[in-house]
Amino acid sequence: MAMQAFTSVTGPATPLMMANVDTDVIIPIQRLVGTGREGLGPHAFERLRYLPDGSDNPDFVANREPYRGSPIMLAAENFGCGSSREGAVWALMGMGVRCVIAPSFGDIFFANCFQNGLLPVRLPIEEIRRIAEETEAGPGNARTTVDLARQVVITPTGREIPFGVDTRKKDAMLNGLDDIAMTLKRADAIAAWKAQDRATRAWAWESVA
Amino acid sequence: MPTTMFDRIWDSHVVADLGEGWSLLYLDRILVHDLSGGRAMAEIAEAGHRVAEPSKVFATPDHAVSSAPGRTAETFAKGGKLLASLRARCAAEGVRMFDLGQRGNGIVHVMGPEMGIVLPGVTLACGDSHTCTNGGVGAMAFGIGASELTHALATQTIPQRRPGTFRIRFEGARPDGVTAKDMILAAIGRFGAAAGTGMAMEYAGGAVRAMSLEERLTLCNLSIEMGAKVGMVAPDDTTFEYLAGRDFAPKGALWDAALADWRKLPSDADARFTRDEVIDMASIAPQITWGTSPEQVSAVTGHVPRLEDAPDAGRRQAWEAALRYMGLEPGQPLVGTKVDWVFIGSCTNARISDLRAAAAVLKGRKRAGHVTAWVVPGSEQVKAEAEAEGLHRQFLDAGFEWREPGCALCVAANGEAVPPGARCVSTSNRNFVGRQGTGARTHLASPAMAAAAALAGSIVDVRSF
Repeated sequence: MAMQAFTSVTGPATPLMMANVDTDVIIPIQRLVGTGREGLGPHAFERLRYLPDGSDNPDFVANREPYRGSPIMLAAENFGCGSSREGAVWALMGMGVRCVIAPSFGDIFFANCFQNGLLPVRLPIEEIRRIAEETEAGPGNARTTVDLARQVVITPTGREIPFGVDTRKKDAMLNGLDDIAMTLKRADAIAAWKAQDRATRAWAWESVA
Repeated sequence: MPTTMFDRIWDSHVVADLGEGWSLLYLDRILVHDLSGGRAMAEIAEAGHRVAEPSKVFATPDHAVSSAPGRTAETFAKGGKLLASLRARCAAEGVRMFDLGQRGNGIVHVMGPEMGIVLPGVTLACGDSHTCTNGGVGAMAFGIGASELTHALATQTIPQRRPGTFRIRFEGARPDGVTAKDMILAAIGRFGAAAGTGMAMEYAGGAVRAMSLEERLTLCNLSIEMGAKVGMVAPDDTTFEYLAGRDFAPKGALWDAALADWRKLPSDADARFTRDEVIDMASIAPQITWGTSPEQVSAVTGHVPRLEDAPDAGRRQAWEAALRYMGLEPGQPLVGTKVDWVFIGSCTNARISDLRAAAAVLKGRKRAGHVTAWVVPGSEQVKAEAEAEGLHRQFLDAGFEWREPGCALCVAANGEAVPPGARCVSTSNRNFVGRQGTGARTHLASPAMAAAAALAGSIVDVRSF
């Protein structure tokens, strides 16, 4: 329920260019049984990130410099598909990721991101590949910036790519708003809706009363 | 203007228009489970809130409970703590909970329809992506994350962005050996694991109308594997016959009023969908997945694909990684692939009709000696019904284990897992890397296909078995 506000982030964009990265591979369920929101960072992507002996897998791109600990990750289609586990967002944030740029996201993961202050940005795959190429071709300090207020991604060569975001989600990200408190301001509207529903759809109420 | 069933349910639950396609929706039902339910209620209490409408919230432990015969809350200690928390919070908030061994306990998406909690035309949210299963009764049901769950519990509402609509019509006679599981796997294979992203699915057509209610639940269950949070089938007499008399279904005059409302739900014949597709039933054979995404699926008579047949470079890379993880060679036939484990269970395929279908394959035969085979009934009611019919005896005689209800090997959150490198034919819904345990290799299939694989010790075509 506590959200980190998001304004902008800058870093080398980690090119995890895989499609259908599911939330099971982002964080195995075993790490979420009886644990809180903290401390999941070391387990993010653990099945890809570590070798069987526990050492870093050099083939996993986020283990390589300059990407280690970068706040920006690039991915292909359908990132965060599968399970609703919000632990996938907590684990990504625990490893330092604050923004994922992909052509599409799993719907539940997408919603979970905004609840915590991780910004999911949708861009066409061609744009994402170009950012990856600019980053890999550039010097070690090739950086990408994601600016939420201006709604632009600034690539290592200085190109500005606009992206869309819903106003209510943008405001919540910039200001870290509490959505339960916002909804409870509408208590009168909820009460009125319930009164008319109870009168017209008694079966939905009485059978569980 | 003609409207879809989804439009009607959505529109009739809007408490407030939040702009840009967002609405504050009223939730008729909320279901919670052990993995996130206790914590969500604890978090809202810490923030000074209560559960807004406890009578519309129902809880069952399923994810992190052992499925071992004779299990107790303590059999899996970590899960026992979650269960203790769920019990305490439900008691404090006045939320009904179906505890281990009680009627109503079981996998949350099996329990909901079975108890008559989930009804046509209702909105339902649950902190689990397979909540889409409940659309099989004609509900608008969707999975939410942990933070959204706290909002749902504290307000009995949820802000959602209106999705598009995607209808798939299954037309024609159902071929021999083809189940609801095969139909939805074939659809995911055809349209892809992201085709339903931002969409609410409706399944229609003659082959769906002819389905039992339990088959419709299976069909809707895999909507999320196509990317869709919502999957629905229009309610009809099959639905009403299933629900009549269930514990929390309306009774008497309320039932009559409900029925009148429910009959108005189905989409108009000329309603427009964002996307509309037809699948010819004759094109579907029993399916089995070969990879690590549900879209990586084939008719059982097929072969593991050759990498050069990949439609693009990204897919080729994904196929290569999947085959390496699965220990399969490009081009090899699926039939004959040696199997080590079989899991019959999960919110996809652990209802009584699933267990009957699996048992019907046995015909007095025994599992192959090297195969470990588990049957995990979806709920206490399913278990009781199966035992009354003697199905458990048939499974036990065939060398299968007959276990206690829960999610078990579908998600491996309860200390149970398929061992590293072992190959498992599973009736569940996800073949993701590590889903059934670190290094476990999952092939998704129907209950009959899974039972046949256990007997043969390898992947077989159930039609010739």
